[in-house]
Amino acid sequence: MSALPPLDVVDSADPLGTPRRVALVRPDIRPEVRRREERWVMTFPHLIVREVILFQIVVIGLALAAILFDAPLLGIANPLETPNPAKAPWYFLGLQELLHYFPPVVAGVLMPTLTVLALAVIPYARINLTAGPLWAARPGRTAAGVGAATVLLVALFAAFACWPIVVPTILVAAAIFAARGGESGGRMRRRLARVTLPEWIMTWFVVVATILTVIGTFFRGPGWSLVWPWDAAVFG
Amino acid sequence: MREMSLGSLGSRLRDTGLYRSIVRHGVADTNRNRSLIIFENLFLHVHPVKVREKTLRFSHTYWLGGITLASALVLIATGILLMFYYHPSVPQAYRDMKELAFVVENGTFLRNLHRWAAHLMVLAAFLHMLRVFYHHAYRPPRQFNWVVGVVLLLVTLLLSYTGYLLPWDQLAFWGVSVGTNMAKEAPLIGEQVRFLLLGGHAVSENALLRFYVLHCVVLPVALLLLLSVHIWRVRKDGGVQGPPEEPDIADRGEVP
Repeated sequence: MSALPPLDVVDSADPLGTPRRVALVRPDIRPEVRRREERWVMTFPHLIVREVILFQIVVIGLALAAILFDAPLLGIANPLETPNPAKAPWYFLGLQELLHYFPPVVAGVLMPTLTVLALAVIPYARINLTAGPLWAARPGRTAAGVGAATVLLVALFAAFACWPIVVPTILVAAAIFAARGGESGGRMRRRLARVTLPEWIMTWFVVVATILTVIGTFFRGPGWSLVWPWDAAVFG
Repeated sequence: MREMSLGSLGSRLRDTGLYRSIVRHGVADTNRNRSLIIFENLFLHVHPVKVREKTLRFSHTYWLGGITLASALVLIATGILLMFYYHPSVPQAYRDMKELAFVVENGTFLRNLHRWAAHLMVLAAFLHMLRVFYHHAYRPPRQFNWVVGVVLLLVTLLLSYTGYLLPWDQLAFWGVSVGTNMAKEAPLIGEQVRFLLLGGHAVSENALLRFYVLHCVVLPVALLLLLSVHIWRVRKDGGVQGPPEEPDIADRGEVP
């Protein structure tokens, strides 16, 4: 604050004679002060028209898909004839892929329950509200923590030979370490440097879930063996 | 004979007592009337009368919640039509699929529309959740609405999953068998939950009826109730929350 010019404090009741005002702003209330002028528009028509257009785009897109692609229908249900492989709908194929590596109680119950709980408590976990860029404070401790967590996770999933989780875990850890000191790097690294710990964890989860789902959907054939997508039984 | 244009016909219609008894405000030529359009309408009044201009930008929300809602509306409309042609019994359920394909006018189109809309809804709901997370839009005061959203995602998955059994083909039967066998593994309550869900020890006609009731009554009602809370709370918490705003470049580092 020393850079400010010295202030002449004039005690006056006359606003015309002494028109200047000084406002002292405390840092903790600063965001309120910084709030910029915002432009407001009438909901009708600006928002309503956009909503109608969005609805029309969705309906037209779905109608085109419904004309071009038929919903699958196999033969009538037969409890005596098990198809090989028997696949759940695509959004559960990540879980079914996990069943290949873990005991059913872990893959079918423990992991989905933990995932749902972890998602539900996100806004109540303090770190999700306060976390800054991962490498901003105490990079030495961060490196040790991320390194230890990576080794632990890789060892855990490697013990079950669950490579579809091990490989993305190593890749995400590599991206985390690539973000270190990224503020002085190129555009991509500057962006990476701003990512917080909760965002890295969510990214890891999304990458793992996507890879498991894609493998389960496109790369699994009879006996849950690895096959190419053109040999896999892909259903809608 | 008097000139009758479409415009003058419209304005004469709007002047009738009957029309004015239904729609109380005039045309949207003043901001007062534009406001009345919103808050005199039960369905539109979840909106405020004015919105921040920046919230209309595509990158603010990517419209993902809107896409989820739009596909839900398509699902309700096509689902009601499909119910006219469907019997939740074995083997009539499967025969009804064949009827849709070969007897009902546009039956295949109707079923396709319902199925692809269901996939879109699951995908859009998931992407919507990711968007909200990366934009930090779950932060106070929106914490509880995030939890409502997580429950809505589960309801969406359950709706999709219960609907998966209804065609009663091999795909449906074994897809649901795989899933409900997973439920069996839950400690202590697994067996009972599975029995309750299926109405027996295996996927059978009882399971079909239960999934049908869940799919057409219980879960849609739960979805609509939770959806109302979800959207109403967005409004109460100050509208949609977009990406976190970067402080101005000039602002940085000014305050110790």
